[in-house]
Amino acid sequence: MGIEDALPEEGILTTTIEGIAGWMRRASIMPATFGLACCAIEMMAFGCARYDADRWGQVAFRASPRQADLLIISGRVSQKMAPVMRRVYDQMPNPKWVMAMGVCASSGGMFNNYAIVQGGDHIVPVDVYVPGCPPRPDMFIDGMFKLREIVLKDPMGAHKAKVLEDLEELRLGATPTIELKGLMR
Amino acid sequence: MSYDLFAGANEKPADRVYTPMDSGDWDAIAREQAQRADETLVINMGPQHPATHGVLRLILECDGETVTSIRPGIGFLHTGIEKNMEFRNWAQGSAFVTRMDYVAPLFNEAVYCMAVERLLGIEDKIPERANIIRVLMMELNRISNHLVAIGTTGNELGATTVMMSGFREREMILDFFEAVSGLRMNHAYIRPGGVAVDLPENGLTQLRDLIAWLEKYMPEMSLLVQENPIFKGRTVGVGVQDLTACMALGVTGPILRSAGYAFDLRKAQPYCGYETYDFDVCTWDTADCYGRYRVRLAELWESLKIVKQCADRLEATTGQPVRYEDAKISSPADLTVGPDGQGNSNEHIKHIMGESMEALIHHFKTVTEGFTVPAGQAYVAIESPKGELGCHVVSDGGTRPFRVHVRDPGFNHLQSVPLMCEGGMISDVIMAVASIDPVMGGVDR
Amino acid sequence: MTEQSTTDVAVTGSAPAAPKRQGMWTDGVPDVSGYGGLLRAVEQPLGEPLPSGDWQEAIGGRLVALVPDAIARVVWDRGELTWFVPREKLVEAMANLRDDAHLRFELCASISGVHYPTDAGAEFHVVYHLYSYTHNRRVRVEVTCSDADPHVPSVVATYPAADWHERETWDMFGVIFDGHPHLTRILMPDDWVGHPQRKEYPLGGIPVEYKGAVVPPPDQRRDYR
Repeated sequence: MGIEDALPEEGILTTTIEGIAGWMRRASIMPATFGLACCAIEMMAFGCARYDADRWGQVAFRASPRQADLLIISGRVSQKMAPVMRRVYDQMPNPKWVMAMGVCASSGGMFNNYAIVQGGDHIVPVDVYVPGCPPRPDMFIDGMFKLREIVLKDPMGAHKAKVLEDLEELRLGATPTIELKGLMR
Repeated sequence: MSYDLFAGANEKPADRVYTPMDSGDWDAIAREQAQRADETLVINMGPQHPATHGVLRLILECDGETVTSIRPGIGFLHTGIEKNMEFRNWAQGSAFVTRMDYVAPLFNEAVYCMAVERLLGIEDKIPERANIIRVLMMELNRISNHLVAIGTTGNELGATTVMMSGFREREMILDFFEAVSGLRMNHAYIRPGGVAVDLPENGLTQLRDLIAWLEKYMPEMSLLVQENPIFKGRTVGVGVQDLTACMALGVTGPILRSAGYAFDLRKAQPYCGYETYDFDVCTWDTADCYGRYRVRLAELWESLKIVKQCADRLEATTGQPVRYEDAKISSPADLTVGPDGQGNSNEHIKHIMGESMEALIHHFKTVTEGFTVPAGQAYVAIESPKGELGCHVVSDGGTRPFRVHVRDPGFNHLQSVPLMCEGGMISDVIMAVASIDPVMGGVDR
Repeated sequence: MTEQSTTDVAVTGSAPAAPKRQGMWTDGVPDVSGYGGLLRAVEQPLGEPLPSGDWQEAIGGRLVALVPDAIARVVWDRGELTWFVPREKLVEAMANLRDDAHLRFELCASISGVHYPTDAGAEFHVVYHLYSYTHNRRVRVEVTCSDADPHVPSVVATYPAADWHERETWDMFGVIFDGHPHLTRILMPDDWVGHPQRKEYPLGGIPVEYKGAVVPPPDQRRDYR
């Protein structure tokens, strides 16, 4: 029970503390080493000299999920790997975020078959989807920047519980993709 | 030993407590442990691990630090690529097969295309420039693969600088790949019949700059580790697999060459014109991890030698076709960025729409249906940076493969992990697996 | 036909029954192309006659001399030699292939399965690719077994590297290798049901939803054969 759980739902104190905490958290995101396939090589390139991840404090890849706060699903998730991924996600303490890197993690990619889970979001809730096969480190950095915005605005405490409730209501009532007609653009 | 001074008031005292007072000599402790006939400790180096080269699961039974038994568990990246290819064109197979061994993708494409070409009967009719480009791309890929292998070996030892250095060189090679094929990885560039497109206009200049860069900066990585006593302590005498063991377990590639046997498929059963290039087969004689590191390092320089020869030959063959010219087989267009952002060049569109009906029909059929391959089966093997990479293709006369099976060297070599690691220490397991250089995409397919 | 020497391999048995392909599209799809009546028989090639006096005849003859009736059929096609070996003779043939000085196929490069559903009585073909370092040549050994009795003896005793390859063939095709020390699933999860690379096993994809449209998975689309 930290300071975050004592915060009221709305109010200037909450917003300020959320802002400060978000601002600090996004400068020090620690990804978990969850390299699965080809995208893992581009993730390693992201951490290396040319596409320096250390500029934004993201070079500290933590092997232990207990110490990590970002799960980058880099690669195709096979049926055998899915329970492992869920377990690693469960072992990560809050607050945590998930980035689906590449098309295989976003939607199964080119492998629409028996062996691959059609998207990491079947197993864990995903915050940012980065397309590409594999995404260039530049595209990956763009995805990271969008994630940093999410981290910056991350709510805390009772405010977070309310936000999640509202989001769930919204999604339960949303139209499924196939029912959305007349929106081909 | 039996008095538990750490137990609290309400806690049950532990069976065995080690305190500084009665530690004694290591020999005495070890003897006591052995007398007690302990159960061994089972440790799971699970699929998620920073140092197992991808999603490899190793189940270790340890007696202290010594590994008494080790079992590799694979299949965590099984993608069903082989079955998926049965529902796709022959030409689209290149894009699938390239994602198996994703650190050396051009080799997968090359072996698949060579097997398809053998079935088509055009194996020896591939134009010379196409073969030169294939050799060039494969050798550059061999360099980038070995850079990743040595880099990740260093990273797993904790020497992160080796990885930074290796990946920096690799980025330069990937720049060249991007200029030629459009992608940094998983190119789908080598297609049945030749390669997809020719080098760009300044491709040769870029290649020569790349060669100069690599010559200048590649030694840096080896300078970091070669004579380093910690590196040598971790690799010399570790993961030994002598020639008998290699023969018994069907091990090929740098591991076989580190045991002293100078076997390379590029010399024994040459393909793509390798018999006309001047290069040596690198061996070492200690059959351990250090030997494999030295073999890979030497192969970097041999590959660079071949790349230089390719650059000269490319200059000599400028303007020649890069694809077997048969309208019923070749992927039609010279791919350039057209006015609509898609791949057909203006000349090609003008030709098929204005000049030739046959060309239009061939374009249509090749793009929609794909070409047909006469019935039969073929097995082609090439020397990938990891060992013998083979592709067994069966055709039933249609536009889709009937069966494709890729023999990945990593799949074979991981079977030798128990042989190398049992009896050693846990830290040696990491080194042994790193020296095999398995890529789980190829192992699990 | 070239002259047959006394050590020539006796070619017995016949080519497998040729499957027939009807029409231009995949099965079960309405065919409006007009090619619906097209009936093509597809045969796996019988190959060419063996080059006379060359190594292909010599090693075949040598194997048959060591293990009588080891080779039921020989195919020499596109520069590759294929021997069809009956499964009862497989273990002995493999041992001799590895140990005999003239044969000496040290490396069993790859073992995989192929499923020919139309080849009645011999639906599963297990293919062994052997390579000889000493003589620098390759040969393919093909063993067939039927769907009703999918048993093939294991060659792990001769080629230890065959261990995982046979497990993979079991996992993907359901061919049981008798004598294998631990024939378990290797690529699929341990409790998976079915053998994915059999032809009757569906590809297993899901239809892809777009706004107001659905693209069916690859094996259910209207597609060319």
